[in-house]
Order: sequence, then C-alpha cells, then structure tokens
Amino acid sequence: MTATRPRAYRQAVPRLWWLRRRSYLLFMLRELSCVFVAWAVLFLLLLLKAVGNGHVDYQRFLEWAAKPWVIAVNVVALAFLVFHAVTWFNLAPKAMVIRVPKQMLAVAPKAIVRRLPEGRVPGWLIVAQNYIAWVCVSAIVAGLVMWSGS
Amino acid sequence: MAETITLLVTRYRPDTEAEPTIAEYEVPLRKDWAVLDGLNHVKDQLDGTLSYRWSCRMGICGSCGMTVNGEPRLSCATFLTEFAPGPVRVEPLANFPIVRDLVVDIDDFLRKLPTVKPWIVRHVDWVEDGEYLQTPDEQSAYKQYSMCINCMLCYSACPVYGVDPDFLGPAAIALAQRYNLDSRDQGAADRLDVLIHPEGVWGCTFVGECTRACPKGVDPAGAIQRYKLTAAMQSVRALVLPWSAR
Repeated sequence: MTATRPRAYRQAVPRLWWLRRRSYLLFMLRELSCVFVAWAVLFLLLLLKAVGNGHVDYQRFLEWAAKPWVIAVNVVALAFLVFHAVTWFNLAPKAMVIRVPKQMLAVAPKAIVRRLPEGRVPGWLIVAQNYIAWVCVSAIVAGLVMWSGS
Repeated sequence: MAETITLLVTRYRPDTEAEPTIAEYEVPLRKDWAVLDGLNHVKDQLDGTLSYRWSCRMGICGSCGMTVNGEPRLSCATFLTEFAPGPVRVEPLANFPIVRDLVVDIDDFLRKLPTVKPWIVRHVDWVEDGEYLQTPDEQSAYKQYSMCINCMLCYSACPVYGVDPDFLGPAAIALAQRYNLDSRDQGAADRLDVLIHPEGVWGCTFVGECTRACPKGVDPAGAIQRYKLTAAMQSVRALVLPWSAR
C-alpha cells in the first residue's frame, strides 16, 4: 500500500506564523516572559548577595540598580511578570474543575445553585480566589518590608 | 444577494505538480448551501477531478475538515453566505501533508490515537455482575469530551503541533481524559506514561486555539490543563509517599 502512495506535499510553517493571529502573538509573548521571570530571580539573588556582603556592597548594588538601563529592564520585566501572572491565573479554572458536593447543593439556596454550571464552582470564582490570594500575599510581604524598615 | 460566489480552491496533483496551486470556481450562492455543497457542485458540474473528503454532511463524521478563509472549519457546517460576496478560500487542513487537492494525510493522528487507549479499560471483570451502571453525574464528568468526532480541526489550529509534529496533540489527550474521567474505566495508569511524556501534555503551551476551533465544544485545552494538574499531583505524591504505587 505504502509503496504505491504518491508523495504528499508538506505544508511549511511560515517563520512569522506567530504574527498571524492575536492568540498566537499573546502565546509567544507569554513564552518570552520566562526570560524576564529568570531576570527577576537573578535580580533578587544579586540583591540578597549584596545585603549579605554588608553595607558597602549593598550601597553599590543600589547605585547599580538606579542606573537608567537597569530601571528600564525592570519596568519591562514587571510588565511581563504581570502578564505572566494574569495568564497563569486565567488558566486556573481550566485546570481545576471543582464539583460542589451533593450535600451542599441540597442545602444551598436555589438562586445560587442555578448559577453553578453543572454543579461546579464557576470559573470566575476560582480566578477571583487566585487574585485575592495574590493581594493577601503582596500585603503580607509589603507589611513585612515596611515593619522591618521602621 | 449575488447569485454566485467564487471559491478559490487549493489543487495539488502530485503526479504533475511540484506544489499546490489555486483554482477558481464560480458556484451558486444559496442560503442553504455550505462550503461542502459548493465543492460538490464543482465536482458534479465543473471539474470532476477535484478531490476532497466528506461523508455525513451534518457535522458528525468529522471527515470534511478544511481551512476556510484561513480558519479550520467543517466544510459541511460552514455556510457560503457567511463569506458573501466572496471569494472564499478553501484550503486543506494546515499542519498535515497534502495527499491530493483538499485531502490530507491523517496517518500521524491515526497512529497516535490508539496510544492513549481511547476505550474503556477494565482490569477486573465480573460478567455475572451485569452491565456497568453510571449515574447522570458520573456521565456528565466526561460527556463533553466524548463529543469529539476526530475531525482534527484542533490539530490544524495548534501551532505547537505545526512546529513539533511529535506532539501527541489536543484530540488524543482530550479522548484520553474522556476515558480517564469515566467511572467505568480502570485504565488511567495505563495512559499515564504516554500522557506525561514530554511530547504528551507537557508539549502543550496552552495557546487555546484547539478549543476555539472545535466544532463540537469539546475544550481540549481544558482537558490538557486538567491532566497537567493530575500528572503534577501524581509526581508530588510519588515523591512524598514513594511506597504508595500509582
């Protein structure tokens, strides 16, 4: 069978395929964001090393971090990190399908039960929990930094 | 409304051509005509040499997937009026080798599909117990994934599959989940190795186009993300509790 089959034409993927569709472009940007995540980790490690080395090193780090190009890279990195986090949170309801237990459905008000898609926790609620957790963790970190600074 | 619409159809005749060309056909524009009806008109009235796959005309058989104006669509469920006044580009499904005209080589998918054992696997069978009963809730856990008709529009929409043809792909993983989530099935562990392979679920980078392309509302992207979570939990459990096997 295979021997008599005519040769098939392989459709080439154009080099700029990722510019063809908005979703492809967003996907490529999200892939690219990992570089900036790595940069953020490296920056944090350098900061910790400088702090560990004492006052002089820390001051030198601060001067370096205040350079315009470092600030520029950090601003871009922040934008990519936020994009990374938001797309990650939006993914959560796809990965987590949480069914509301039957016993709870039985006692919950009808108006709420009607809004549950097939007895599942709605996606927006799962996303919202992620954002709430994000805000809480950020608040704790900010609180720690400010408390230790004062 | 104009009475005709132009179809720009990809032709590829491997015996005489080195690469595909585009042929222009004028077909009647009727409210009740899908792109497939237009192609059938070409085949019956204008050029009998045009090759394409089709069977049921009602979005069930999954054979008439094509790229219509750049989007992977079922040609039987895509109406010509959507593109009036035209022209309508009709190309073979992207990401697959073209055998002839609009017919693509689907061997790759057919080779991958059985590797996820898309059937109910039972390790313990008691015939005398009768049929396996299932509650509506248990059925709804997998029903959405069982709507897949193997039309491969998701493979055509997936850029990961386009760039890396070894990727297991959306439909095969969604079908694996269809059986993994079935209360009658005991084969989840048998499917694990294929699914957690780097070319399995981890090949997916969640572009999400497979779900948008699916004509049956299956959501393969969701199935893959769900399995990633399952696979990650399995790995963590194996690390923390090494004595408890799969």
